[in-house]
Amino acid sequence: MNPANYIYLSAVLFSLGAFGVLVRRNAIVVFMCVELMLNASNLAFVSFARIHGNLDGQVIAFFVMVVAAAEVVVGLAIIMTIFRTRRSASVDEANLLKY
Amino acid sequence: MSPFSGAVTHAAEAAPAVTAATGTFQLIWLLIALPLVGAAILLLAGRRTDKWGHWLGLLASTASFVVAVLLFVAMLGQSDDQRTQVQHLFNWIAVGTFDVPVDLRLDQLSMTFVLLITGVGSLIHLYSVGYMSHDRDRRRFFGYLNLFVASMLLLVLADNYLLLYVGWEGVGLASYLLIGFWFFKDSAAVASKKAFVVNRVGDVGLSLAIMLMFVTFGSVSFEGVLGSASKGSQQSMTWIGLALLLAACGKSAQFPLQSWLLDAMEGPTPVSALIHAATMVTAGVYLIVRSGAIFDASLPARNAVIVVGAITLLMGAIIGCAKDDIKKALAGSTMSQIGYMILAAGLGPVGYAFAIFHLLLHGFFKADMFLGAGSVMHGMNDGVNMRRYGALRTVMKVTWITFMMGWLAILGIPPFSGFYSKDKIIEAAWSVSPVAGLVTLVGAGITAFYMTRLFAMTFHGEARWTDDVHPHESPWIMMFPIAILALLSAVAGFILNLNNAFVDWLKPVTGLEEPQLPFSSAVLPIAAIILVLIGAVLAWIPYATRAVPEVAPAGNLLTRAARADLYGDAANEAVFMRPGQYLTRWLVWFDNRVVDGVVNGTAATIGGLSGRARRLQTGFARSYALSMLGGAALVAAALVLVRL
Repeated sequence: MNPANYIYLSAVLFSLGAFGVLVRRNAIVVFMCVELMLNASNLAFVSFARIHGNLDGQVIAFFVMVVAAAEVVVGLAIIMTIFRTRRSASVDEANLLKY
Repeated sequence: MSPFSGAVTHAAEAAPAVTAATGTFQLIWLLIALPLVGAAILLLAGRRTDKWGHWLGLLASTASFVVAVLLFVAMLGQSDDQRTQVQHLFNWIAVGTFDVPVDLRLDQLSMTFVLLITGVGSLIHLYSVGYMSHDRDRRRFFGYLNLFVASMLLLVLADNYLLLYVGWEGVGLASYLLIGFWFFKDSAAVASKKAFVVNRVGDVGLSLAIMLMFVTFGSVSFEGVLGSASKGSQQSMTWIGLALLLAACGKSAQFPLQSWLLDAMEGPTPVSALIHAATMVTAGVYLIVRSGAIFDASLPARNAVIVVGAITLLMGAIIGCAKDDIKKALAGSTMSQIGYMILAAGLGPVGYAFAIFHLLLHGFFKADMFLGAGSVMHGMNDGVNMRRYGALRTVMKVTWITFMMGWLAILGIPPFSGFYSKDKIIEAAWSVSPVAGLVTLVGAGITAFYMTRLFAMTFHGEARWTDDVHPHESPWIMMFPIAILALLSAVAGFILNLNNAFVDWLKPVTGLEEPQLPFSSAVLPIAAIILVLIGAVLAWIPYATRAVPEVAPAGNLLTRAARADLYGDAANEAVFMRPGQYLTRWLVWFDNRVVDGVVNGTAATIGGLSGRARRLQTGFARSYALSMLGGAALVAAALVLVRL
């Protein structure tokens, strides 16, 4: 199978994730879309590692997973705190930090 | 051909040898130190010295006079070529090969000044003890007077132009402080400021002259500059001469810087007598005579001096004719008489000695008359309006007699003092240029008119006193100095002229030439005396024999112009003050609108733009995400494009 197809899949997944981040208001959904983008990039890294025949891309994919796990912990905590104070998980309503 | 076609002649004698001061001459520094210490004590110790301060001031000045007499006697004991004594005190500025020491030079010229300054100065100190006895700031007054005497002595004793400049500024400061002595009066404060500002204009001339000397000769000492003046180019000598003339105009109230002197009469009368008649205002004459070698090397500079002297001579005399304020009339006369001296100094070696001779005698008779005017004011509740005087000879006999001596002296009636010097100036002026000669001759006639008018209005005619005035003679402490000055006014000219004693005494320093006249030398004195008599009679008839109106009549055009100081102030206002004001107003406008406009405009533009840019921070996380995505897309597109 042509390894380039994995790259196309990765691009599609990334675009879906980005689209979701831009159009969805629910913070949890936005969060999941971010995860989707991260994993799309992981897929791209791994595919490139395969195409070029070295392990660099795979190592980076591990790093991304670690960062994503940490990000999930912090991000979910923030979303929960916001939800507790404002009774809403909409990212558009959490807009106090502005001009 | 120029109207002043006198040939430029150089002082024939070589510069007299300079002797390092030994013996008695080592006392030269004391002349300055004594009044300087007096001033320091009086001004620094404050009210503690109030009780005896005036006596200390008098003592300091008199002690300086005693030293001067000792030095004079010692100098008489030396032969002619040994009389230039230089005392080295310390090194002041030493930069590489350029060296300005503090050296004091005592020669015949400075000796004359030293005796005049300390002698007349001490008499006026004594007079002031009485005149200022009711003033609670008498001590401060004596402190300033001592400061003045010390500065003036430094001015005439300095051996280089830079040190002279120190004295020059010192007398300017003392003059400022003394004119504004009663600073609580607005008019006095304004007058002192005016004198200060006008004098600064002249001082610029002196500093320019010193800089030019340094550039031309690499030296500022009298020896270095004057010794090589005849070798310098005529053009540079002309510029130095004109700069020195500007300095002299400022200090000596000569046209076009004459306007401050009349206002300076706001100061106490002893100040007018000492500073604004006898000594400080003659510093310009000293400067020109001392720098004679420079003017000898440049005919244009000399002619400029003659023109300035001639204009001021007539201006001062005309102003003096119209003033009803006794002190202002005397101030106009001072301007005019200094005009005579400046004119004489511009004539070259034929006039230098007589300029100084007239300066000395004028110091006596003008101080005499100013102190006399002070005595009159003392008896008239400080009134200065001569239209409210009259008939004072009946109640102030001593003042009347002493004033008469001064009056006869300034008129130039032989054998009174003024005759001997003024007559020689007229002669010298004719020998150089008939125009200058005519001006001096006519000036003598006008002098006779205004002085007779002043004398008659004050002492003769009907009494026109206001009801609350009870004229009385002044105390002896004031009359004694006046009496001495009156005596000097009467006889000093005759005595000093015996065997040409004074002129021969000055000759080694100033040089001397006999004036060459196209007619018999007897013609001019006779013409002068006839003009003087005409002037005196013209004034005597209306002001002594007829009633003088108590309110000044409107007068003709010339009278009104003379009352307004020949529009000197108006001209200054129109030429300098108004344009200056417009310029500053325009500059303020430019600063507010243009300079501030650019600064504030930039700030406002940036502020406004930032206000707009701030709106990008919406607080919507999704719009940030869109910008990030857009940015990332742009970066990616750029990378792809570059790769292609």
